Amino acid sequence: MPPPGLAHAHAPPHLKDGPGPGSPEAAALDATWRDPPGLLGWLAAVNHKAIARRFIVTTFCFFVAGGLLAFVMRLQLARPGARLVGPDLYNQLFTMHGSTMMFLFAVPVMQAVAVYLLPLMLGTRSVAFPRLNAFAYWIFLFGGLMLYAVFALGAAPDVGWFSYVPLAGPDYSPGKRTDFWAQMITFTELSALLEAIVVITTVFKLRAPGMALNRIPLFAWAMLVTAFMVLFAMPAVMLASTTLITDRLVGTHFYNPAEGGDAVLWQHLFWFFGHPEVYLIFLPGLGFLSAIIPTFARRPIFGYTAMVLALIATAFLAFGLWVHHMFAVNLPELGKSFFTAASMLIAIPSAVQIFCWIATLCSGRLDFKTPLLFALGFFFILVLGGLTGIMLASVPLDLQVHDSYFVVAHLHYVLIGGAVFPLFGAFYYWYPKITGRLMSERLGRWNFWLFFVGFNVTFFPMHLLGLRGMPRRVYTYQAGLGWDTLNLVATLGSWIIALSALLFVVNALRSLRRGAPAGPNPWGAGTLEWATESPPPPCNFHAIPVVHGRDPLWEPPRAAADGGPPPFTHVGGLAAHTRELLATTVLDARPDLRVNFPDPTIWPLVSALAVTVLFIGSIFTPWAVVWGSIPIAIALTAWFWPRRAETAVHLRLEQGP
Amino acid sequence: MWWGTFGLIAIEGTIFAIAIGAYLYLRSQADSWPLGAPPPDLLWGSANTLILLASIWPNQKAKRAAEARDLVRTRGWLLVCLLFALAFLVLRGFEFVALHTRWDHNAYGSVVWTLLGLHTVHLLTDTYDTAVLDVLLFTGPMEGQRFVDVSENALYWYFVVFSWLPIYAVIYGVPRLH
Amino acid sequence: MDALHDVLAPFGPQAGHVHALWMLTLAVCTVVFAAVLAALLVALLRAKRAGAESAPDLSSLGRPEPGRRRSVIAAVAASTLLLLALIAASIFTDRALARLSTDGALRLEVTAHQWWWEVRYVEPQVADSFMTANEIHVPTGRPVIVTLKADDVIHSFWVPSLAGKKDLIPGRTATLNFRADRDGIYRGQCAEFCGSQHALMAFFVLAEPPERYAAWAAAQRRTAGEPAEGQPLRGREIFMRSSCAMCHAIDGTSAQAVRGPNLTHLASRGTLAAGSLANTPEDLRRWIADPQQVKPGTYMPATRLSSEDMDALVGYLQTLR
Repeated sequence: MPPPGLAHAHAPPHLKDGPGPGSPEAAALDATWRDPPGLLGWLAAVNHKAIARRFIVTTFCFFVAGGLLAFVMRLQLARPGARLVGPDLYNQLFTMHGSTMMFLFAVPVMQAVAVYLLPLMLGTRSVAFPRLNAFAYWIFLFGGLMLYAVFALGAAPDVGWFSYVPLAGPDYSPGKRTDFWAQMITFTELSALLEAIVVITTVFKLRAPGMALNRIPLFAWAMLVTAFMVLFAMPAVMLASTTLITDRLVGTHFYNPAEGGDAVLWQHLFWFFGHPEVYLIFLPGLGFLSAIIPTFARRPIFGYTAMVLALIATAFLAFGLWVHHMFAVNLPELGKSFFTAASMLIAIPSAVQIFCWIATLCSGRLDFKTPLLFALGFFFILVLGGLTGIMLASVPLDLQVHDSYFVVAHLHYVLIGGAVFPLFGAFYYWYPKITGRLMSERLGRWNFWLFFVGFNVTFFPMHLLGLRGMPRRVYTYQAGLGWDTLNLVATLGSWIIALSALLFVVNALRSLRRGAPAGPNPWGAGTLEWATESPPPPCNFHAIPVVHGRDPLWEPPRAAADGGPPPFTHVGGLAAHTRELLATTVLDARPDLRVNFPDPTIWPLVSALAVTVLFIGSIFTPWAVVWGSIPIAIALTAWFWPRRAETAVHLRLEQGP
Repeated sequence: MWWGTFGLIAIEGTIFAIAIGAYLYLRSQADSWPLGAPPPDLLWGSANTLILLASIWPNQKAKRAAEARDLVRTRGWLLVCLLFALAFLVLRGFEFVALHTRWDHNAYGSVVWTLLGLHTVHLLTDTYDTAVLDVLLFTGPMEGQRFVDVSENALYWYFVVFSWLPIYAVIYGVPRLH
Repeated sequence: MDALHDVLAPFGPQAGHVHALWMLTLAVCTVVFAAVLAALLVALLRAKRAGAESAPDLSSLGRPEPGRRRSVIAAVAASTLLLLALIAASIFTDRALARLSTDGALRLEVTAHQWWWEVRYVEPQVADSFMTANEIHVPTGRPVIVTLKADDVIHSFWVPSLAGKKDLIPGRTATLNFRADRDGIYRGQCAEFCGSQHALMAFFVLAEPPERYAAWAAAQRRTAGEPAEGQPLRGREIFMRSSCAMCHAIDGTSAQAVRGPNLTHLASRGTLAAGSLANTPEDLRRWIADPQQVKPGTYMPATRLSSEDMDALVGYLQTLR
């Protein structure tokens, strides 16, 4: 039974066609949904596209920073015994590189892109909980800034992105470096968890009428499944990092074997999160591919249902693999065999997806634009990475190559092949929608080929390095072990990658001014985001469409029973002077409720600042948790407290049951 | 929309589950348990469990009143909830003392304080939420959405109460298993 | 030291079993990779071209695509079968590794420290047990049981040409069994990040014919003799009065500290500082004078000595065979 007191939409017969663009209603809608101008307006923004744009740019800046760190690492490793970077700085570099890429880039960028695209794909005007969405961005930003501020001060964490105890414990990591790492986890995981709630609610409740759950784009499915995974995976690392801080700050003994603690507990907690984490990164990449391939094969995806089931199966299986990161620990052998089997079998749902994509390409007519090139790059790189993953799943093989450069090769092949290549494809694909201009195809091709070649030159030799015995996380190595040439080649490859990244930035910036103007649908795609202008107006759609199929722009609405024009094509009747949205039912997207969405407000930012003060304070003293709660309570209360003017507007729109 | 509350419950529930997992793991590594302390006294914990369970009654009444859009009754029952909250917070203080260990004694002390502490944080935030809501119902501005907020807060209250039961079993029951 | 350090160059049964599994898995994965790429290439080459303006092909909406469905199902089924085969191969290899006979095994206890390896040879007669560091000698063809412990943080014992690795975790004891089947020098390196000098924490396993091993072990059991008059004796005095004796033990003297490697037979080892330097007088001088130059972050402090004193010290240490 729907909660009382909320207006109910009238039953479907009352839906009517909405206003067209250019009409006074359209102008009113735009004015309502636009964020206010000026600095204060920018800080108080809650429009999902505004938040998402700055979120994407921020994550991309972290990507470049992480890449530069790796670039310096490769310079140091180009020759044996090099003295470019000493062990202390090198250990900070690889810790910062891993932490940046995993916590500040890979997961957040996917959530950021989802926050931009989902309302447009699903046919609505906002994400659910827009203020929470803004808050999640600010928290993420402050966490990342904290980590880099500490790095600039020469006190970056230096015990790896996985921060094993006892090395990361109070005895072997004095000072505050590791505490900053642990608290950065708290910032970024809080942000990710809140964004997951935003995504789930948006996908379930804010769809255009008629967009039943089996009609939503596969990208929406991928983000939905990813968001559920976030809910169940991130708490483990939050608990781990918090208990690490308490071990270091207030003398708890979770990881102290002398007092009943266990160093392996850390590994279980961390990897219970850590394995699903890589699937949090991989699944959205699969979503991108399912958006790009149908468009450039000019046909709907083959095997939609199988694809959805494959996503869900991957998500479930991902929670049963974590011990494969711990095969070298003395754990019961029978248990390890279970994890070998699970780690191999998770390849099956991914195989289903790959074969369905190939079937789609096989039976389509191909348009070889840049997004498709990046998608094709996925097939080579990810499949290779997946196969080395099968190798690593076997306990005996893993015991040889675990913690060697073989694993470095594997992880980069799956993460870059499985997520970053699709992400670049996604950038090229949706850039015209976000900016209204197309990126240069010529530069795009150069970008792709340099990245593809550079990537393989950098990372393929690392398989051999691992087999030749080179361990990970070493700041230097001795000459004459057979590692010299391979390392030099890998470093040269990193230069090629850097060049390709530079090309991308040039392309993206130049195309802002000089790119060919893109209409609403430059690629001839079928999903709803291509139905509105490029860039979309503040309200996304002047008239929210009613959906009749999986590719609404490709499939015309079905005629009425008597052969006349289709009865419902758009939603009408939502208010234009306030942010009112239609919520629909979860399964069939029948109109359910009219919900009032909040106006721009500064309180998400203020709350984020208050939370930042508590988080950073508690690195230094546990009492910060107590006195830091007070400004947070005040800020959150102010955030929640309704305004009289807004309430008056809502009351006029309210319709009782 | 109650999906926000659902998301929060999923997250917090997972944290509790993992914390309980850590407790049981540390216990499996130990020769005897609890480490260096007797099992926690049953008195305050059990009394508090009863108070928590009893608090479902005013909570449910407040929820019903909100769903009937009865402002006066909603305000009143939320006040009663707050009285229960005061009671169980006070008793929770005694529970910590009854643990007979400190967080920095050993791993047992660390994990049992963490479990109890995590739940206490939820009690505190739930109390604060309820108080803010109640004040709002007295001062206004009022609209239908506020009744929905009371209903959702009730859901969260249920979660805080029911999630206590497995935690109670672990903190007070598991040390007494042999 | 010229040593073997290669997963693909196995010289013992443990590494050998893994190598066999590697070859099988590599073959299967290469075939699968080639097949997937071939399918993709065929799809790309055979498909017609179209632009964004062309109407999409919606024929799949009404009708199912049985031919394509069969192909996908066949591909998935084939992949599943291959995966099951690889799982079986992995389990067989696991069992083969567990079947290594440990009759008459040599027993060692390795305790890892930041950033060196403490090795204790455990003999049935306690008096016959002896300590060394960073260099393990084993008789070729005889199984070795290594008990693995760590003193401070997590390390990992990995000698790729002989066996897979095992982690050494404070508060836990693990075991690794292996056997070297050919005489030779096998290099190992710590494979779990353990702090600043994780990169320079190597060790060596020397597999020797049983008689040569027995001779080496007998020499290791002897305590250090009295140094000759003159420079070596002065060297020992300098050792005792400098900070050396605070961390290092030399059996047969009053230096019995265990914070650093046991130096009783330092001169018999091929390398210094966990494989970081060759064991030559020049390198030994360099190491003692300023260890931070070689291994920044190491716990060994610099020892400032005059040139003659250093000569004497190094001269004495070189007598510790």
